[in-house]
Amino acid sequence: MKHVVSIKDLDNKRILAILKRAKQLVSIAEGKKKSKALDGKILATCFFEPSTRTRLSFESAMQRLGGTCIGFADPSATSHLKGETLTDAIRMVDGYADAIVLRHPREGSAKMASEASKVPVINGGDGAGQHPTQTLLDLFTINEEMGKLEGLNVGMLGDLRYGRTVHSLSQALDRFKTKFFFISPESLKMPTHVTDELANKWSTHDALDDVLSKLDVLYVTRIQKERFPDIEDYKSVAGAYRINADLLQNAKSKMRILHPLPRVDEIAPDVDDTKHAAYFRQAFNGVPVRMALLEELIGAKK
Amino acid sequence: MSENLLRVQPIRNGTVIDHINSGRGRKILEVLNLSESGTTISLLMNVPSKKQNRKDIIKVEDRELSEDEIEKLALLSPKARINIIRNYAVADKKKVEIPEMITGTVHCSNDNCISNNERGATTQFKLLDSENLRIQCAYCGRKINEDEISFL
Repeated sequence: MKHVVSIKDLDNKRILAILKRAKQLVSIAEGKKKSKALDGKILATCFFEPSTRTRLSFESAMQRLGGTCIGFADPSATSHLKGETLTDAIRMVDGYADAIVLRHPREGSAKMASEASKVPVINGGDGAGQHPTQTLLDLFTINEEMGKLEGLNVGMLGDLRYGRTVHSLSQALDRFKTKFFFISPESLKMPTHVTDELANKWSTHDALDDVLSKLDVLYVTRIQKERFPDIEDYKSVAGAYRINADLLQNAKSKMRILHPLPRVDEIAPDVDDTKHAAYFRQAFNGVPVRMALLEELIGAKK
Repeated sequence: MSENLLRVQPIRNGTVIDHINSGRGRKILEVLNLSESGTTISLLMNVPSKKQNRKDIIKVEDRELSEDEIEKLALLSPKARINIIRNYAVADKKKVEIPEMITGTVHCSNDNCISNNERGATTQFKLLDSENLRIQCAYCGRKINEDEISFL
């Protein structure tokens, strides 16, 4: 049984195969072509914590392939609150579906679910832990925008301490000869458990200006208010890491900005109209990438 | 050994845990809950040793250790040796060994780990480094060093 709990479960060959298949599926993801590849198959989306984007893109991916979805978006409507264990919930759902997408507030829950399940489990985010399909769609976006994955200069900006997307993405990009530039306030630096494992060169920076002209990709994350005890501290830090069109004049013309969304005001709306903005295409890319993964895990009809 | 034997009488039946890292004996009694078992127990501390300079020894009468207990012992003192005594003679000798997967004995230090929050869940850790003891939670991925290990 194949499960996708962590991006580490996927070797480079499998990642590249998924990205290649995702590209072929774009026209179906856009609704221009129809597919019956997963006709009669059911995907269960079990969201023990809300996440609109992940859930909707999985549901869209499944339905574009001719499959259907069941599930819940809010655990308050389930027996979770009555004290049902995750393992019991999974043993019930695996009888109703051909694959399960799990979103859960506790780290390690996808791994635990995968041990209980008779059908493939896809981790849709477990606490501060893993979110492998986000990483896959980030890799797909970089590959599409830059024409390659290997040997890029990638900047990561914002909350690098708590942002799990940048942790997993760093681990994944490290396999593709990436040079990393970590740009954050001191209090939100990339943790050592991530940097210790990087095989490629990396450096930390206080300000984007220092490195902007070198970057091929700039991955921006949201700095969350909750991370700061003092609202004034938050405002000054968030302000210092804000990007607008003016600031990007020194960037390479092919440099692309990614953001997992939702954004608050870390990227000014005037950036949307520049050639650098790739984040809305990135959000769309979640659909073909998840289609490719669902096809692989559930087994598409030939 | 003969000098050590003079300190505490040989036991007829039971287990002698030898070559315990000096200072760890008390912790082992506590974690394995040996004092509650009701049998006679001797703890020797800071015993001179050829191999280790100083060591602790525990003698447990009329009782052998379970697999779970041996696993905990291995995590607490990887160099320990177990001697099973039957009728005053060493009937069996065992080196303790830390298994590749440590199941159901250690608690994950991440409060938000599912293994701490799911009824009936069994914790699981992968052995990363047995020299400078370091283990990793199979669920949340948290890495735990020797001094941070806490037992269930």
